[in-house]
Amino acid sequence: MPDNRLFTEISAITRFTGRVFREGLRPRYEVRELLYQCYVIGYQSLPLVGITGFIMGLVLTLRLRPTMVQFGAESWIPTMVGLTIIQEMGPIITGLMVAGKAGSSIGAELSSMRVTEQIDAMEVSGTNPFKYLVATRVLAATLMVPVLAVLSDALGLFAAYLGINMKGVTTVALFANNIFGRLNFSMVLPAVIKTFFFGFAIGLIGCYKGYYADKGTEGVGRAANSAVVVASLAIFILDLISVLITNLLGLN
Amino acid sequence: MLPVPLPAPAPTRPAPTGEAVLTVDNISKSFGDNHVLQGFSLAVQRGENVVVLGKSGSGKSVLIKCIIGLLPVDAGTITVLGQDVATLDHAAMDRLRAKLGFLFQSNALYDSMTVSENLVFPLRRQWLTHTPAEERDLVRQALEDVGLADTADKMPAELSGGMRKRIALARTLILRPDIILYDEPTTGLDPITAREIDHLLRAVQQKYNTSALIISHDMNCVRLTADRVALLVDGRCYAGGTYEELAHHDDPKIHEFFA
Repeated sequence: MPDNRLFTEISAITRFTGRVFREGLRPRYEVRELLYQCYVIGYQSLPLVGITGFIMGLVLTLRLRPTMVQFGAESWIPTMVGLTIIQEMGPIITGLMVAGKAGSSIGAELSSMRVTEQIDAMEVSGTNPFKYLVATRVLAATLMVPVLAVLSDALGLFAAYLGINMKGVTTVALFANNIFGRLNFSMVLPAVIKTFFFGFAIGLIGCYKGYYADKGTEGVGRAANSAVVVASLAIFILDLISVLITNLLGLN
Repeated sequence: MLPVPLPAPAPTRPAPTGEAVLTVDNISKSFGDNHVLQGFSLAVQRGENVVVLGKSGSGKSVLIKCIIGLLPVDAGTITVLGQDVATLDHAAMDRLRAKLGFLFQSNALYDSMTVSENLVFPLRRQWLTHTPAEERDLVRQALEDVGLADTADKMPAELSGGMRKRIALARTLILRPDIILYDEPTTGLDPITAREIDHLLRAVQQKYNTSALIISHDMNCVRLTADRVALLVDGRCYAGGTYEELAHHDDPKIHEFFA
């Protein structure tokens, strides 16, 4: 029964999450592996996230311009683009790109380690594979996605500034004033907080799918694929939840 | 052709001392309705190579994974070097595993690491404090033991099947274990390489006086490496004895292995 399967999966992920906290918080900490994973998930995703952030800012500006001009609201372009990027597009696009790049590679890496008994070998070597492989990757993704999202926001805003200057002339000061004058912490903070959850979901789902992969090469493919699909879906669901909460609290 | 690293085994085998280092007492393990092990018992003495012989799917790998603590048993006790495996916590199990080598059927080399990183990994993880120079010496020694001294900087993917098996053995040897568990050490290898691995197993036993539990269905491997053979049939230890004793047995279930 599909319903049963869904509940079984949800309860398994919940138990997996509990184990991440339980084992991840207990010393000894795998600092070296954590830093390496931050490098892999954060630094190595930077070009991809940067390029998409930049393009998104530019495209958004160029697309918005004709309509805004029609309404005589040209001066509102920076505000609109800025708010869209910082509150929604930056975090979402960063989350999806990291899910595609790092989430799938975590799923593929752990599942192939499972299939070739490398995870068992680690356990036999006196290493808790859950701590060494899973907790580090989940924490690294949780820490790196917010950093990447902020950098992507910055590049998106820079691209928006370039986009505005293609057709008109705006100074940096006016552009910045236009955006930041209308922003306050209650707008930025929820957007940053949700990226921590995006990162956590990407790391957790990638690890879960990889760690419990089926035997055989098919299992590896399925783990990598479902890591991306489920993580992407989770990002949208988390985004919806964050909007509902901020609306409820009147922070928009 | 790879050089045979250690001297060929002497025809006289070291006599076991009589002290049991590994005891499996009446263990059972089931997966749902599939009763894999049903009251299996076995003892390995110090310095002895015991081969567990059984058909594919007879539960040999399950047995070895129960011994190393990767799978819990449903009933019975496993005693390794005087410690009951079931009663050990994670930290104590890790300490015990330092004395208990495991050679995986698939070798299980970490393919994101070089050969020397693969070898250093268990050393560092077991918190055996070593200076970089000591580590290098141990890696060199372990690689020389298996005749692959020049592969330290290679990646596992660059090596042949036989070489990977040797590196996996080197990674096991680097901790100087008292007991080594071999999960089908010659499966998937050509007959010549398989024989080299068999000789290597013997040579390791003689050089380091290790005990070994070898899981196999390769009769050449059994003949070349076993001091004693235990036959695993229907989840139980059906028969035990030396290779020659079992080879000349009349029982049809035993005979079919040696036919």
